[in-house]
Amino acid sequence: MVYTENMKISTKLFPVAILLFISLYQAKSQVTTYDAFSAFEEEVLSPYNSDTLYVINFWATWCKPCVKELPYFETLKEQYLDIPIKVVLVSLDMKKQVPTVVEPFLNKNKIKSKVVVLADGRANSWIDKVDPEWSGAIPATVLLYGQASTFYEKSYHTTAELESDIIKILNKNK
Amino acid sequence: MRLSILSLVTILLLTAGSSIAQSTYKIGDTMPDFSLKGTDDKMHTMADFENANGYVIVFTCNHCPFSVAYEDRLIALHNKYAPQGYPVIAINPNDPISYPSDDFASMKVRATEKGFTFPYLFDEGQKLYPTYGATKTPHVFLLDKKKALQYVGAIDDSRDPETVETHFLADAIEALKAGKTPDPASTKAIGCGIKVAAK
Repeated sequence: MVYTENMKISTKLFPVAILLFISLYQAKSQVTTYDAFSAFEEEVLSPYNSDTLYVINFWATWCKPCVKELPYFETLKEQYLDIPIKVVLVSLDMKKQVPTVVEPFLNKNKIKSKVVVLADGRANSWIDKVDPEWSGAIPATVLLYGQASTFYEKSYHTTAELESDIIKILNKNK
Repeated sequence: MRLSILSLVTILLLTAGSSIAQSTYKIGDTMPDFSLKGTDDKMHTMADFENANGYVIVFTCNHCPFSVAYEDRLIALHNKYAPQGYPVIAINPNDPISYPSDDFASMKVRATEKGFTFPYLFDEGQKLYPTYGATKTPHVFLLDKKKALQYVGAIDDSRDPETVETHFLADAIEALKAGKTPDPASTKAIGCGIKVAAK
């Protein structure tokens, strides 16, 4: 008798549990959002592996040339000449649009690179810290390798173009 | 000889590839006037503003969310400062092929929709923005009465109007009004890179 009751309850609760599970799963954010540049600087702009090449691209879902060049970052080889490459795509989308726009965009386009959102709106206080040459226009890309860093305020049109900049910094720091 | 021509070509190509619209204008330099068509179908120049004490030149556009975020603030700035002799002059520098929503017809729609109180001009053929050294939208150039560049950069320190702490542009205009030099004379903000038309 008791057993049957339990059965009934669990049968009733099963769809609820499924919904709960799905909603929890969806609520889990794929991306890290940085409200303060200082934390972003520490975790993203300070390379922790001196033997790794970091490719840091500033973009946004609404930026047409940025979206157009994302595939070139996505298709980068995992390493050059035994040097591991780590790509970080830094979205400058609005924080409130992360669940509604950014995450659906990442899913739809099956983006596999690491994506973070830099939501510190006080850009004048941090643009120069990324690179003094940066006017603030996106797309923009920073390459970090050991002590070397190069900055490009431009759009890439092919993977080869990006690879040629990567080879430049690798040669620089040989 | 052949080698030197080749290397010259290489150098030229490299320079072309890496060059972004960087003007040589610095704070204090006199900026060139222009004659551009506005959404009112009339041609506009700085010289039209006979009683101007300065000019707030803003490169902006329809498609960029950062530009859109600043539309209301630009209207407010113009409404406050135009009567004091500092009119806002908005200029769209984008290539309408790259961004169809930035074409002249769409500019007219946006100007009407938002009720722009300032002229909204089209940099047809993208000739003006590289001379000014604008790289993105929005990008502000504040000139004094003699068209000397006094302030360049951001409108304020936050794209979210709720959290603005420093009104860079308004402060710079106030400085000019008081006969002072704007400080800071240059700031930066994230913006949409101005896309050059494909050749």
